[in-house]
Amino acid sequence: MSTWRTASWSWYVAGPTIGLFVPALLLAGNKVFGISSNLRHICSALTPGKLEYFRYNWKNAGLWNLVFLSGVLVGGFIAVHWGTPHDIAISPATKAALTQLGLHDLSGVAPREIFSWRALLTLRGLVSVVLGGFLVGFGTAYAGGCTSGHAISGLANFELPSLIAILGFFAGGLAATYFILPHLL
Amino acid sequence: MTVKSQIDNESSGKRESKPVFLFVYSLLGIAFGIVLTRSEVLSWFRIQEMFRFQSFRMYGIIGSAIATAALSIVLIKKSTLKSASGEVIAIPKKTVGTGARYAIGGTIFGLGWALTGACPGPLFALVGNGVSVMAVAVLSALLGTWVYGFLRPRLPH
Repeated sequence: MSTWRTASWSWYVAGPTIGLFVPALLLAGNKVFGISSNLRHICSALTPGKLEYFRYNWKNAGLWNLVFLSGVLVGGFIAVHWGTPHDIAISPATKAALTQLGLHDLSGVAPREIFSWRALLTLRGLVSVVLGGFLVGFGTAYAGGCTSGHAISGLANFELPSLIAILGFFAGGLAATYFILPHLL
Repeated sequence: MTVKSQIDNESSGKRESKPVFLFVYSLLGIAFGIVLTRSEVLSWFRIQEMFRFQSFRMYGIIGSAIATAALSIVLIKKSTLKSASGEVIAIPKKTVGTGARYAIGGTIFGLGWALTGACPGPLFALVGNGVSVMAVAVLSALLGTWVYGFLRPRLPH
C-alpha cells in the first residue's frame, strides 16, 4: 500500500500503469482514452452554435471525458497532499543545462521562476504559460489529439496519423527547447 | 474528415451518461491524476530532460505505456468481450487524408508542450498539484482550441 505514495515511480511502473487506462476505458464504456477533446467539449458548452466545429451534442460526446478530466484535477490534488513532497530528480546534465540557461531554482514540479503568478507578467512567464497554453490548445485541436490520444491510444492501435502527429510533437518540442528557450530564460 | 464523423469517433454510445458509469470515469480520472503526479510526467523538468535526450525515463514511460495499451487492445480485439456498458468494443480508425493536419497541428502542439512543459492532462493535474498559475494556461488552451475552430475552414487538413 505504501508504494503508490512513494516519491517517484520508476519508469517501468509508471509506463504500464498509464497504458492500462486504455483498456480500462474501453472495458468500462467503449471509450477511447484521449484528454484534449475535452477542450473542444468545453468550448462547445461555452459558445454553443457559433462555429460549426463546436456545433454538436457535447454532453453525449464528452460528458464522460469531462468527468474523467475533473478526476484528473482531483487526483493531482490528492497525490500532492498524501504524498511525500520532493524535488524532481532530473539528470545532472539537465540540471547543468537549465542552470546555464539562467534558472536558479530547480525545486518543485515546475520552475517557479517561470510558472508562478509573480512570473506570469514577465516575458518568460507570458510566453511559457499564455502562449504555450494557446499553442497546446490550438495544436491538439488541429492535430486531433495530444499525447494521450495520439501517442498512447493512436500508436497502440497502429495508426499512421498518430505517428505523423508524434513526429510533429517532437519537431515542435525540439524547436522550442533549442531555439526558443535559450532566448527566453 | 467531417465534424460529424470526428465526433462519432469520440463517442459511439450514449449509455455512458448513466450515473454509475460517470462515477467509474471520475474514479479512473482521479487515479490518472495520481499517476501523472507520481510518475512525474507532468513536470516541466522531466519534459526538458526528455527533449534534451538526457534521460531514458520519459521514453521508457511512453514506450511501455504504448506497449501495454497495444497488447491490451490486441487481447480485447481477440476476445468477444463487450464493455460494461454493453457495447461491442471498437476503436474507430483515424482518417489520414493528406496528413497535413497531423504534421502541422502536431508541430504546433509540440512547441506548446515544451514551453508549458505539459500536455492537456498534466495541465489540469498541475492545477490540482497547486501550481495554480497553470489555470491561465488552461484558459489559453481553451482559447487556442476556439481559435482553431474559428480558422478551421481556412486551414489545410
